Amino acid sequence: MSATAQAGVAQVSTAERVQYLLRLADTSLIAGQRLAELLGHGPTLEEDLALGNISLDLIGQARLLLSLAGRIEGNGRDEDALAFLRDAPQFRNMSLAEQPNGDFAATIVRQCLLDAWQLETYESLTGSREEALADIAHKAVKECRYHWRFSAGWLVRLGDGTEESHARVEAALGALWRFTDELLTPDALDARMAVCGIGPAPGLISERWEARVGAALAEAKLQKPPHQHYPWHGKRGVHSEHLGHLLTEMQFVPRAYPGATW
Amino acid sequence: MYTQALDSPAATPNEASEERERLERFQARIDRDEKIEPKDWMPEAYRQTLIRQIAQHAHSEIVGMLPEGNWITRAPSLRRKAVLIAKVQDEGGHGMYLYSAAETLGVSRGALIEQLLVGRAKYSSIFNYPTLTWADIGAIGWLVDGAAIMNQVPLCRCSYGPYARAMVRICKEESFHQRQGYELMLTLARGSEAQHAMAQDALNRWWWPSLMMFGPSDANSVHTAQSMRWKIKRFTNDELRQKFIDVTVPQAEYLGLTVPDPDLRWDEASQHYRFGAIDWSEFHAVLKGEGPCNRERLEARRAAHENGRWVREAAAAYAAKHHAPVRAAQAG
Amino acid sequence: MNEDWVLYEVFIRSRSGLEHKHVGSLHAADARMAIEHARDVYTRRQEGVSIWVVPSSEIVASDPLEADALFEPARDKVYRHPTFYAIPDEVKNI
Repeated sequence: MSATAQAGVAQVSTAERVQYLLRLADTSLIAGQRLAELLGHGPTLEEDLALGNISLDLIGQARLLLSLAGRIEGNGRDEDALAFLRDAPQFRNMSLAEQPNGDFAATIVRQCLLDAWQLETYESLTGSREEALADIAHKAVKECRYHWRFSAGWLVRLGDGTEESHARVEAALGALWRFTDELLTPDALDARMAVCGIGPAPGLISERWEARVGAALAEAKLQKPPHQHYPWHGKRGVHSEHLGHLLTEMQFVPRAYPGATW
Repeated sequence: MYTQALDSPAATPNEASEERERLERFQARIDRDEKIEPKDWMPEAYRQTLIRQIAQHAHSEIVGMLPEGNWITRAPSLRRKAVLIAKVQDEGGHGMYLYSAAETLGVSRGALIEQLLVGRAKYSSIFNYPTLTWADIGAIGWLVDGAAIMNQVPLCRCSYGPYARAMVRICKEESFHQRQGYELMLTLARGSEAQHAMAQDALNRWWWPSLMMFGPSDANSVHTAQSMRWKIKRFTNDELRQKFIDVTVPQAEYLGLTVPDPDLRWDEASQHYRFGAIDWSEFHAVLKGEGPCNRERLEARRAAHENGRWVREAAAAYAAKHHAPVRAAQAG
Repeated sequence: MNEDWVLYEVFIRSRSGLEHKHVGSLHAADARMAIEHARDVYTRRQEGVSIWVVPSSEIVASDPLEADALFEPARDKVYRHPTFYAIPDEVKNI
């Protein structure tokens, strides 16, 4: 790590650096897990393959970020230990990521809102003082650009498709909008990361996110819902009931056969 | 481009002899190992046999996504999860290549899928068995993909161009499938006692259904003879099954697992493994729809198709309204 | 209601400098989606740097029944092939 980077990073504790990485890692992991549920059940074969690619990108991001978090933590936890042996309150993903797939409209709305956040965040993180994180961000940005292209494309097709598709997307938007509060409201950890040059400047992500999502909603002929204050933030471990069930399924095998190699 | 008028039965002696000549010229092309392409003249029986065979293969790939897809969310490591997603994705892709090849023969993908969903089309019986443990994923990769490869490699040289080319693409992707399955079995077989037992249990349940994948003996089949003359089929079912057993038994021995066949033994004279009798009544029952997962597999595909209808309609409606690309998605 | 998508033929340039090759077909509702689908179906193993998609209905193909007229004449015009001319070995660079 360069001297300047070391100086910035030295101001923040190991625990904080790890927590911040877990927010990114867990968001990718849980979103990837949700999309993986859809393989074999999508509206067309072509969509099955597309969703599979996006899922693979997200899981790939999660693996890199979890490994990095484990290395920095220094307690010997690797990507699998972190993914399979933590309980729900220790997960730091955005609550939006763990929301169920529902119908294709709900899946696309969730992905769209999340993709916009990931894209803006990773773009900003390419300049992070946490150099290993900046490297991961460079790779992730390209992936997220494609994810956004895919989900925004579908948002518009569904919003401006048929009456039925418009109604479904509108309903999904209404149901999921409360989870955007967490994406756009930096907390104390976000502020600390910004000060040390590890994370983006406060307000930057929300500004860009609003512009990007606003344009997509307009083209999709959808009304942007009013802001909803919703303080139950997964990034601080306060999750919806969905996460517990998701983890039960995801973690069952290693927990049933502790200590085994797979 | 891909449609061609159906040949009607010859009415006059002149037409009959013309038809005979066309058939002879067609057979001569095949005998010369020339590829038949979509717009070439072909006997109606050739076209229909190919449509049926390619469609069955395509349906098998799509339905085949389900037993393995069943374990994606429960894969025990992130690496295994990623590998399994990639494999299931490949299977979807294979289905697509095959539907594409079938479409060159004048039938639409929609019509073929309709046949599958109403239960009028066949797909490989193996995918009607349940995946009960993580070890099943290894067994499927090793045995089911292994059997599929036996069948598929010769088809790379089949006479119909689009089918042969699709098979070449599929075979390139397939070898990773079998290797990941075997590697998974190796990890389990060498792991804890519980993991070793899991692997043995999976082998016990998947061995016989894998042998049945090759189909019953076609010694008496008229269709086989014609298909072989037309180079749509290159080896008999029995030949392929024997080759599979000869190749796979040593692999099982290396794993330290026991093949669940008390009659299995190496025959020095013929240099082949002799094996026990296959219970063909099970095969026929499963093929008829009475297997453990037939209902569930078709239900899943029907649900995906039905639930996706409004999505496909919306996309078509949007395209009809607009000829310009989606702008929001273009904002980099 | 119409749920039919359009059949597209896909051509991929696998490496810079090579030509686009036909790799197969897929279904899409519009051209932009066709490109994305082609990317997701046909380039997962780094097999592409460029994608062309064309609606299958736009492909114009030669008629195999005219193959003789279209292609046979080239067969006896062997003077278009370099091997027709005998040049002594001692002559270089030709």
